[in-house]
Amino acid sequence: MTSILQKPRMAFDLSELPLHGKRSASLTWWGTLGFMLIEGSGFALVLAVYLYLASIATEWPLGAPPPDLLPGTIVTAVLLLSLIPNMLVSRWARQEDLRKVRIGMIVMALLGIAPLVPRAFEFSALNVLWDSNAYGSITWTLLGLHTTHLITDLIDTLVLSALMFTRHGRNPRRFGDVQDNAMYWNFVVLTWLPIYASLYGIPRL
Amino acid sequence: MMRAEAGDLQHSIAPDMRDTDLAPEVLDRQLERVWGTPATLWGILATVDHKRIGRRYVATAFIFLAMGGVLALLMRLQLAGPERRLIGPDRYNQIFTMHGANMMFLFAVPVMEAIAVYLVPLMVGTRNIAFPRLNAFSYWIYLAGGVLLWVAFALDMGPDIGWFAYVPLSGPQYGSGKRADIWAQMITFTEIAALAVAVELVVTVLKQRAPGMSLDRVPLFVWAMLVTSFCVIMAMPAIMVASTSLILDRLVGTHFYNPAEGGDVLLWQHLFWFFGHPEVYIIFLPAVGMISGILPTFARRPIFGYLPLVLALIATGILAFGLWVHHMFATGLPRLGESFFTASSMAIAIPNGVQIFCWLATLALGRPVLAAPLLFVLAFFFTFIIGGLSGVMVASVPLDTQVHDTYFVVAHFHYVLIGGAVFPLMGAIYYWFPKLTGRMMSERVGRVVCGLVFVGFNLTFFPMHILGLQGMPRRIYTYQPDMPWGGLNLFVSLSSCLLAAGFLIFFIDIMRCMRWGLPAGDNPWNAATLEWATTSPPRSYNFARIPVVSSANPLWDEPELLVSSGLRVERRELVISTVAAAVPEARDASPANSIWPFFAAIATTGMLISSIFTPWAVVWGSLPVMVTLIGWFWPKSTPEDQA
Repeated sequence: MTSILQKPRMAFDLSELPLHGKRSASLTWWGTLGFMLIEGSGFALVLAVYLYLASIATEWPLGAPPPDLLPGTIVTAVLLLSLIPNMLVSRWARQEDLRKVRIGMIVMALLGIAPLVPRAFEFSALNVLWDSNAYGSITWTLLGLHTTHLITDLIDTLVLSALMFTRHGRNPRRFGDVQDNAMYWNFVVLTWLPIYASLYGIPRL
Repeated sequence: MMRAEAGDLQHSIAPDMRDTDLAPEVLDRQLERVWGTPATLWGILATVDHKRIGRRYVATAFIFLAMGGVLALLMRLQLAGPERRLIGPDRYNQIFTMHGANMMFLFAVPVMEAIAVYLVPLMVGTRNIAFPRLNAFSYWIYLAGGVLLWVAFALDMGPDIGWFAYVPLSGPQYGSGKRADIWAQMITFTEIAALAVAVELVVTVLKQRAPGMSLDRVPLFVWAMLVTSFCVIMAMPAIMVASTSLILDRLVGTHFYNPAEGGDVLLWQHLFWFFGHPEVYIIFLPAVGMISGILPTFARRPIFGYLPLVLALIATGILAFGLWVHHMFATGLPRLGESFFTASSMAIAIPNGVQIFCWLATLALGRPVLAAPLLFVLAFFFTFIIGGLSGVMVASVPLDTQVHDTYFVVAHFHYVLIGGAVFPLMGAIYYWFPKLTGRMMSERVGRVVCGLVFVGFNLTFFPMHILGLQGMPRRIYTYQPDMPWGGLNLFVSLSSCLLAAGFLIFFIDIMRCMRWGLPAGDNPWNAATLEWATTSPPRSYNFARIPVVSSANPLWDEPELLVSSGLRVERRELVISTVAAAVPEARDASPANSIWPFFAAIATTGMLISSIFTPWAVVWGSLPVMVTLIGWFWPKSTPEDQA
């Protein structure tokens, strides 16, 4: 920094800089953080609505038994387990190991599909419909929102996996995309934990 | 596609050609080939140049301002006397809703972001905004949302529920038809657009600053837009949650706002104002930044109190999230809550006071030149302080309970919004117009406009305080002759013609000077910041060589602006620098023009409008969105994809 200042009238030479920055030197990384902040704010607000509605209700859950634990707990277990291969893919991408990244992306695509199966049963396990009462409305919205989150990230992972098998795959920019995708998946899993705790824990308090 | 059109020079440019040894004219020609937008329909739809998109955004926002102004005049015509029959109650409800929604969502927030889209990349010394394709997408989505609202109004489907759409009036029980859904979905459009720009601005400011522009050298307008963008990111999700849950209540029978089934109507007000109050600062903080940009130039000295001004911006941005309940004092909340929000509402006067005193000190210690931009800033001082004082008044619960929903509140928020944001905005137009167009606006006409708008505004809105204290409620389409409001209302309506005349002359002057204004040159005001270090209007690539900064006022403090070299010239390349010290850390590519954001915007528009009518549109409508997004992001083997 001061070196710029101590050489008055000397032009600053940029020619040796890398063509693409990694992690915090990459714009995509910051953009991903920005969108995580937007979505995180959205999830926090919907959770706040849940707590608000629970706080004004005379009983909670309203006119329904608490949701069954099994499907939601399976989803949680699958998501938590998926963090391990996710970290590995991220590490392989950092090492720019294309062969391992390709395998890892296929695993992550499958692990993106896997939680959707118990998730399909999770809606009926809520034991309430969205139009039954406000409790049903907010639980369906929370679960629906997170399911949308899972599906959009799955599509992203599928497209990126396909891309890694083309000639565009061997490119530091793509490896950066894989790392950002892995970071985003961590976010998808982490946002689920407070939702899981609220959906299944609060009705049992 | 750009490459194929680039022509013969392309063949003599090696794949890794650098700018270091190129003669200035060769460099300009080559950069123009790489960064330019062809003058074709494809070029218009596919451009990702932040200046073109910024200009479009500003022009569109001003068209919405004019249309919203016409609605205001219609209301003043109706209210000029008691029991006038010009507009019926149903149309009147649509008109005041349209006026508010249009001014807040289609004018005020977008115009501030639009000016930032144009100026911020120039001010930080980079060649394009971060995520330029998202920027293009944002504009098309914003345009679609505006067209949706106005076409619905033309079809007698305009929302009629007030700009904040309180339930139960906007809910399924009372809001029949699709009017409330139009409002709610217009929100979705404008918030997507605003959030996209907010992320672009944050990343541009944090990562694309010119070498040496450490955080303590960032222009104050850029600081203001950084804080504003964070406010957008934290606040806008609240209105999206609110409008989405409202649509769900109306379309699929959820019960968020239905007290009979465990819902709550005040929940709406909490969600709306958790967005709505920061919204005020999302509009005001950019104006603050404009003032801090204009003042030093015309006071002929650096801004007084740079650090306190930055801290005041940040403090305002944080406090903005702790005030929302002061919009709900009349709803019967617990006393302790009311006291807390009274205190926090008064606390925000502290950073705003710090700002005002820093500006006054800048003026007092400088040698002010009373040019048109500075006149608008002075008009701001007078008007905004009155608005601030009535703000402190309505922050107190007993007074607020008395004047709630009266014209006193109408007067207050027009003083802070027009005085606090539109006056600085008009000053900003006079100030930056030469940069956008290469021509000066008329100084003489500028003084007339400032005088007319200032006098017209105060004569129109000051009497509304009195009308409010006399008990005139807002949002009434007429009043009886035995109410003591007729005289003042006539006075207000006549004064509004003066205000309208000021705006009309302003618009005519803009049109006239775009073509016939005097040539401006690069830096007509002898200003200090980087946007004045390039041509007016700037070339497609902004700077032929990226400047190197060693002061907060580079064009004043450095006899000759230092520049950097070593960037490639056969692809769009810009400098990525560290967050705090702005030390260069990469030469990254910037995406080239693409038609896909336009297609993605069309697909998104189709999905959002259809989902007003059937929830299944979200399912089948997302397929075209997905296809266009894949088209957008799939690599195209251009030099920009290399790394």
